[in-house]
Amino acid sequence: MDVIAFYVFGAIAIAASLGVVGQRNPMHSVMLLISSFGALAGLYVILDAPFTAVTQIIIYAGAIMVLFLFVVMLLNVPREEPAPASLAGMLGPRAIKAAAVLSVVMGAELLYAVLSIAQSFFSAGHAGSVSSVANIGQALFTKHAFAFEVTSILILVSMVGAVVLAQKEHR
Amino acid sequence: MVPLNYFLVLSAVLFAIGTAGVFLRRNLITVLLSVEIMLNAVNLTFVAVGRYLGTVDGQIIVFFVMTVAAAEAAVGLALVISLFRHRETLSPDAFTALKW
Repeated sequence: MDVIAFYVFGAIAIAASLGVVGQRNPMHSVMLLISSFGALAGLYVILDAPFTAVTQIIIYAGAIMVLFLFVVMLLNVPREEPAPASLAGMLGPRAIKAAAVLSVVMGAELLYAVLSIAQSFFSAGHAGSVSSVANIGQALFTKHAFAFEVTSILILVSMVGAVVLAQKEHR
Repeated sequence: MVPLNYFLVLSAVLFAIGTAGVFLRRNLITVLLSVEIMLNAVNLTFVAVGRYLGTVDGQIIVFFVMTVAAAEAAVGLALVISLFRHRETLSPDAFTALKW
């Protein structure tokens, strides 16, 4: 049952991610990425991490992707512009081919690294229901309290940075 | 129970797709979306390994990664807006002021 669900959600995630990369229209890319995040939330449920799944839906699909959608609609550039002719003629297709080959090579390297991990290191035996919300909250506010507080500074800095960067220039 | 390898392989494939998007696309918004795909692939690895180690730390790291992703999206999209105001294009090839 879990394996079937894994295959379904994994296929959705991979297909939607390929669509994000393959789409010419940024709006469709954002929509496909939202469905990919939905599939990843399903995978988190399979992994006994319901809190992370809900966070994925609310924060990623709900907040971050809406931000992307707003920017896509604000800029209103429906189609990707073709590369300039001089650049496309000299270096475009070859560079794109090289980039595609490089990413495939990197994927193969990652697969090799992943498959050569010693599986005995991870024993699924003691993986009970550790991931209740209470456990997560307790670890977050005791063991990782400092990182949690630093996160608030990060968000403050990025908020100020976004406002400063996106405002109209007054000169 | 699904073996750990399945999740790691899926995560590697997603990460490679995100990398290909960063390399191949000529649209700054799609490049940022590809970065989000890569971040999510790493999140999947964290949750899967945390599950199979029986700790909750993987999910807490995912929490922090999501926070960083939100900050990155906010600053990155602000940069995209301000770049678009200057050049009226989203192609990364148009922004070569720092190139020598």
